[in-house]
Amino acid sequence: MEAYFWAFVVGGLICVVGQLLLDVGKLTPAHTVSTLVVVGAVLAGFDLYEPLIDFAGAGATVPITSFGNSLVHGAMAEAERTGIVGILTGIFEVTSAGISAAIIFSFLAALLFKPKG
Amino acid sequence: MSNKEKKKLTPVQQQYQSFSKAREPQRPVLFNCVKAFLVGGAICALGQGVSDFFIWNFDFTEKTVGNPTVAVMILLSVILTSLGVYDHIAQFAGAGTAIPVTGFANSMASAAIEHRSEGFVLGVGGNMFKLAGSVIVFGVFAAFLVALIKTTLTLLGGS
Repeated sequence: MEAYFWAFVVGGLICVVGQLLLDVGKLTPAHTVSTLVVVGAVLAGFDLYEPLIDFAGAGATVPITSFGNSLVHGAMAEAERTGIVGILTGIFEVTSAGISAAIIFSFLAALLFKPKG
Repeated sequence: MSNKEKKKLTPVQQQYQSFSKAREPQRPVLFNCVKAFLVGGAICALGQGVSDFFIWNFDFTEKTVGNPTVAVMILLSVILTSLGVYDHIAQFAGAGTAIPVTGFANSMASAAIEHRSEGFVLGVGGNMFKLAGSVIVFGVFAAFLVALIKTTLTLLGGS
């Protein structure tokens, strides 16, 4: 149960940061989400995001910041194997599941559903 | 509006700016943050449940379980978006639904469904990434810079 508690708290706090950017920083949602992705990538650069995932589990992998983290990890893992070109070939390696799933399911939804209201 | 932009305005425009600012409704920041915390936390706790499901029933470790978890969360979000439920939750929760990966999927699915009437190629295909595109562009570019710097440092360090 402890894992659920920390996932709740850490995930909730990341969302509070987003809400503060929206309300206090007066950013649009698109700016907020883009900012958090960049923050995730930078945290990954300092090796700070992996410890957060160890600590909070889904509390760190479900928020969009983990997208930036995964992009960096894919690029770094491939760069270690194949050198500097690996950054280009590996950048989507880890995030493939998320992007593919979003494209495929969204397209299916567009086939099946009509806009509401 | 920054101070630099303010100087370019005529006095009447400046007057209007301060007039509109005084009448802008105060945002209930604290209340919004509590809502974002509760809903965002609940989504992440649900994600933890999905993670545990994959760890128990399939051959995933805590390191690799992130991918299938995100995929399932996206599927759930697309289903809720299609049924028109997600928008109601989003109205209540603000960033609590926008920041988790479900918000990313919601922006794609809602754009895809909304533009369906313009045809599948130009409407669905062309508009799916209208909002989500900025996330991918900035994420990829930031990740590219970070990975480039890290790789260069490792090469220079000779390790």
